[in-house]
Amino acid sequence: MNQGPSRLPFYIAVFLLIAAGISLAVWRHVELGIPWLTGEQRPVWMVEARVDFDGSNEPVVASLNVPEQPPGFLILTEQAASPGYGFSIIDKSDSRRAEWTKRDVTGPQTLYFKAQFIPDASAEPVPPEQPPETRRLFWEEPEATAVREILAQAEARSSTPESMTRELIRLMQPDTRIQNTTLLVSEENYLPLLVNMLNHSGIPARTADGLKLEDARRRQHLTPFLQIYNGERWLTLNPKTAEQGVPDDLLLWRQGSGSLLDVVGGDSSEVSFSMIRQTIPALQLAAMQSEGNGLGFLSFYELPIEEQSMFRMLLLLPLGAFVVAFMRMVIGIRTSGTFMPVLIAVAFVQTTLIPGLIAFLSIVSIGLLMRGYLSSLNLLLVSRISALIILVIFITAGLSVFGYQMGFNTGMTVTFFPMVIIAWTIERMSILWEEEGGQEVLVQGSGSLFVAICAYLLMSAPLAGHLTFNFPELHFAILGLILLMGQYTGYKLSELRRFAPMKAYD
Amino acid sequence: MNWISPRTLKRLGMLNMNKRNVDYIARYNERSSYPLVDNKLKTKLAVAEYGVKTPKLLQTVRHQHQISGFRDMARDLAGFAIKPAKGSGGKGITVITGRDGDSFVKASGTREGVPVLERHLTNILAGLYSLAGAPDVAIVESLVESDPSLARYSHQGVPDIRIVVFQGYPVMAMLRLATTASDGKANLHQGAVGVGLDIGTGKSLNAVQFNRPITLHPDTGLALGNINIDAWGEMLEMASRCYEATGLGYMGVDLVVDANEGPLLLELNARPGLAIQMANGRGLLPRLRAVEGLKRLHFTPRERADYAMETLSQL
Repeated sequence: MNQGPSRLPFYIAVFLLIAAGISLAVWRHVELGIPWLTGEQRPVWMVEARVDFDGSNEPVVASLNVPEQPPGFLILTEQAASPGYGFSIIDKSDSRRAEWTKRDVTGPQTLYFKAQFIPDASAEPVPPEQPPETRRLFWEEPEATAVREILAQAEARSSTPESMTRELIRLMQPDTRIQNTTLLVSEENYLPLLVNMLNHSGIPARTADGLKLEDARRRQHLTPFLQIYNGERWLTLNPKTAEQGVPDDLLLWRQGSGSLLDVVGGDSSEVSFSMIRQTIPALQLAAMQSEGNGLGFLSFYELPIEEQSMFRMLLLLPLGAFVVAFMRMVIGIRTSGTFMPVLIAVAFVQTTLIPGLIAFLSIVSIGLLMRGYLSSLNLLLVSRISALIILVIFITAGLSVFGYQMGFNTGMTVTFFPMVIIAWTIERMSILWEEEGGQEVLVQGSGSLFVAICAYLLMSAPLAGHLTFNFPELHFAILGLILLMGQYTGYKLSELRRFAPMKAYD
Repeated sequence: MNWISPRTLKRLGMLNMNKRNVDYIARYNERSSYPLVDNKLKTKLAVAEYGVKTPKLLQTVRHQHQISGFRDMARDLAGFAIKPAKGSGGKGITVITGRDGDSFVKASGTREGVPVLERHLTNILAGLYSLAGAPDVAIVESLVESDPSLARYSHQGVPDIRIVVFQGYPVMAMLRLATTASDGKANLHQGAVGVGLDIGTGKSLNAVQFNRPITLHPDTGLALGNINIDAWGEMLEMASRCYEATGLGYMGVDLVVDANEGPLLLELNARPGLAIQMANGRGLLPRLRAVEGLKRLHFTPRERADYAMETLSQL
C-alpha cells in the first residue's frame, strides 16, 4: 500500500513557519512597540526648559543640566531654540549638559531647551560601573557629637542602607525632633545636611531634581529629591516622607552631583519649566525608537521612500494570492487565469473599486469587440496578442482622455491596469466564447471579478496594509496557511452542489 | 438550491478534486511521464509498442510552411480529424466528416473552406490550445468510423469510452455521447452525455448531462438504459495495457470502437475528470482503496482486467 512519505515533517515545518511568523511579530511588537492597529496613539511629554539671565557685555557660557536617562522615561527628541547662540550637548561622566555660547551679550536673554519624553516603566538609568565613593565631612563640635548620636540611633534601628535612610529622615522630621537634630537642622540646609550625614555614615548619597508632570503647566520649578546608593543602584527617596521610588508623573531632570544651571558672563540667571502632554502615532514612535536599534532590521522604513511605497504594494500580494488559493481550493470558484484576479485587485487598489470596475469592464468589452475583428484576419497568435496589447493601450488612452474631458480624474487611473494581462484576458475570454459559449465566459469572468473584488477588499483594508508592511514576518504565517491549504483534500463548497444529484444513489 | 452534505459524499466514496490532485495524481503520476500523455503524437508512438492501436496518422504539421502541404494532402480526403498534439480537454479538435465541393463539412454540419482550416492549423502551431500556450504540433488523423451499434446513440461525432485506470486496474468506465450542445465533442463539461458503464459487464448504468441525470439522449431520443459494449474484457485489457506504456498510476484512457479496426485508443489523460462518478452513480474511492489495499498487484493486463470485472464491479 503506497501511502507516500509521512506528512508529519511537513506539518511540523508548517507549524514552525506559522509559529515563527507570529512570534517574531509579537516579539517586535513588544520590543519595538510597533502597534497592532493603525492610528494607535501614545502619550508623550513635551518639556521646555527656559533659561533667563541678564547679559553683562561679556562672552557667555550658559550650561544647563539635561536629563540623561531619567527613571521611567525614554527621551524621544531634544532640541534647543536660541537664536545667535552656539549650542551643543556635552556628555560628561556624571552629567549631560546643554551648553550655549555667545561672544557679546547684553540685556535680558532667554534660551530654550525642549525635549520629548515617553513614559516607559521599564526605562532605568544605567547603574554605575563601580560603587560611588562616600565623602566624609569634618564636623565641628558640638555638631560632630550630635551627628554621631543621631547616626548611632538610626543605625541601631535599621539593617540596610534603605532602612537606615528612612530612620534618619524620620529622626530629622520636626515632630520627632530631639535636641540633637534641632541643633543641626535649619530650613535651608536640611537636604545637604541629610546627604552629608548619610555620606558620613558610609552610605553614598546625593541630591536629584524632579519635575512634576502636569498637562499645560508653565513656570514650574524642580523639586529636590534624595538619592542613595544601596550597593547595586541609585534609589530615589522623598527627603521629607522617606517614600521610596519615583512617582509615575515625576521626571528626574537632574541626577548626580552637577549643578542645574551655570551661567558665566551673566547674572540673575533662572531656569523654569513648562510642559504639555502630546500624543503621537505609536507607529511613528516605534520608527523613531528603532533607529539604530538592532531589532529594526526587518523594517522597511530604512529604505528610500520610493522603494517603501513599492514594497507596500508588493507585500500586499501574498494576501491576494491567499484569497485566490482559498477561493479556488476551498470554495471552488472558477477564474480565468490563475492569478489574473490578484493583478486586477492590485489595479483596483490604485484606482479604487467602482472606477476601477467600470474601467476594467469597459476595456475588456471594447477589447472583446475588437478581438472579434482580429480573429477574422487570420493572424498568428503572437502577432494577434501584440496587436491586442496595442489596442488595449489605445482603449485605455482613449478612456483616460475621455474621462478627463468629462471631468473625471479617475479616468487617468486606468493606466494602472496591467496591459499585457488584460490583452491575454481578452484573448482567453474570446477563445472561451468561441469554444464553450458565452455562459462559460460569464461564469469565469464573474468568478474572476468576484475573487478580484474579495482580494481588493482584503488588500485595501488599512489594517492589512499596516500589518503586512510593519510586520513582514507575518507573511511566514500566510505562507504556512497556503502550504496547509495545498494539503486540503476535502470537498470544495462548489462540489457539494456539483455532486448533489448523487443523493439519488445514497 | 440543491446541496449535498459532505458526510453523504463521503459515505458514497465520492472522489473530489482536491483529493484527486493530492492523493492520486500527485502521488501516482510521475511528472516525467506527463509529456507522454499531454502530447498525442508521443502517446501514439509509446502505446504502439504495447499493441494498443490508434487512429492512422495522416500528417504532422510542425512548422508554418508545412501548412501548404495540408492543402495537397486533404484534397482527396473525405474525413479526417485535426488535433493539437498538446491540446487538453478536446480543445482545438476539428473533425471533418465529409466534403461539399471544395469546402469541408464539420461534424456539426457546418461547412468550412480550406483557409479556415489553415488558420486553425496556424493557431495550433502558435500554441493557442496547448497547455501554457507552448508552441505545438498539429496532427491529422484518419477519421474514426464509429461502430454503428454505438454511433446511433450519438448525435454527431464519435462516442468514446472513458476508462479510469488506477495502477493498471480499470476501475470505472463510461460512454460519452456527443450532443448538439457539445458541438460533436465528447467532453462532458461541454455538454456531452456521460453514460456510466458497469465495469464488470460493459452494460450501461445511469446517464448524466451537465451533471444532471437523464434517461434519454437529448438529441436522438434513444433510451440510454440498455446499452451494451461488445468485447468488454478486451477493451479493459487494452486500457490496462496503457499503464505499462506510460507508467502513469492514475489516468483516463479514451477508447473508440472503429467499425473496421475495432477498439482504438484516442488519447490518454493524466488528469481524468470526476464526472464519471456521477454517470456511474458510484464513488471512485472504494475501488481505488481496494487496489491500494492489494498486497501484490497482478502482473499482466489480462489479470488486472479480470480482477476489475470480478471484484471491483462489486464495490
